[in-house]
Amino acid sequence: MGLITVVLCGAMLLFGTADFPGWGDPQSPASSHVSPYYIEKSIPQTSVPNIVTAVLADYRGYDTMFETTVIFTAGIACFFLLRIQRKEPEIRYYRHIPTGITLRVEKGAKLPEDSKVFERIDTLYTPHDLIIKTTARLVIPFLLIFALYVITHGHYGPGGGFQGGVILGAAIILFAISYDLRSASRKLSERAAALLSAAGVFIYAGTGAFCLLLASNFLDYGALASILGVDPVTARSHGILIVEIGVGATVMAVMVWIYYNLSSRGKHDEGL
Amino acid sequence: MIWQLDFIILTLVIISGIAAISIRDLLSAAALFGAYSFMMCLLWAIMGAVDVAFTEASVGAGISTVLFVAAVFRTTRRSKD
Repeated sequence: MGLITVVLCGAMLLFGTADFPGWGDPQSPASSHVSPYYIEKSIPQTSVPNIVTAVLADYRGYDTMFETTVIFTAGIACFFLLRIQRKEPEIRYYRHIPTGITLRVEKGAKLPEDSKVFERIDTLYTPHDLIIKTTARLVIPFLLIFALYVITHGHYGPGGGFQGGVILGAAIILFAISYDLRSASRKLSERAAALLSAAGVFIYAGTGAFCLLLASNFLDYGALASILGVDPVTARSHGILIVEIGVGATVMAVMVWIYYNLSSRGKHDEGL
Repeated sequence: MIWQLDFIILTLVIISGIAAISIRDLLSAAALFGAYSFMMCLLWAIMGAVDVAFTEASVGAGISTVLFVAAVFRTTRRSKD
């Protein structure tokens, strides 16, 4: 029964694609009305050479704003589904870093949390892998700089907030995998990730609302010209950069947040 | 556009897609899904949609594979095969 339904639907879809215009057909409806407008007007109107970025963040700004909101909602949904508030375990394990000896601390006795000589480890055995940690430590700074380049260079080449945010998040997740979740959440805590993911949506929607306050349409960045001190065309380019930064912040924080909850079953004690 | 290259990549997309849903091991399915995403990324790049290809590479082949693996590591195996 299921197979018949799938085959029928697939056959109908394939039949439907026969009516599509050919790939890259200049006579197709999309290429004859909308595309020429963007190709001709995007440079004089927004001064952004990459038309995809101009369409994504300016002409179709609402779409991208709610995409960002969808990602934010996904992060919140994972949080509500997975997160467990748990008490501190009574028995803790510490590693003496110079010698590698593991120390078991019962309830009552306590070591300082921020000691340089002892590091807290998980109840599950996590091997101390020097090669992976060193490699990750060398790679992560370049990943972060590349991600920032992707976000800011979205005007001139492929890239933008989504891709750059994902690479930023991947760098932090790489840190969480190669070290452990505890060290990662010391760099970017769950609270910070949650606040950052909300702040990104706020930056995007706030830019739109600010344009509204300056007696213009929602997300019409040309209105920011008087604030930024540039002409309206350059202001639209700057407005795109501002919302891309918001998108990048949300995507990065949500990716890290989902990874924290997913890899520790919501307990935030031990990672992968 | 070179049609031979296009054909090879499309075949690989279909093979990895079918393999990803028919294989029993979840970890292999996650890896195959990453391969599927990467092949789709190449396909977008061939068609000239560089932004979409970049998104597919970073989101599909990169982060979603990591999230799948993280989820698979928190599952338990019930069947014996």
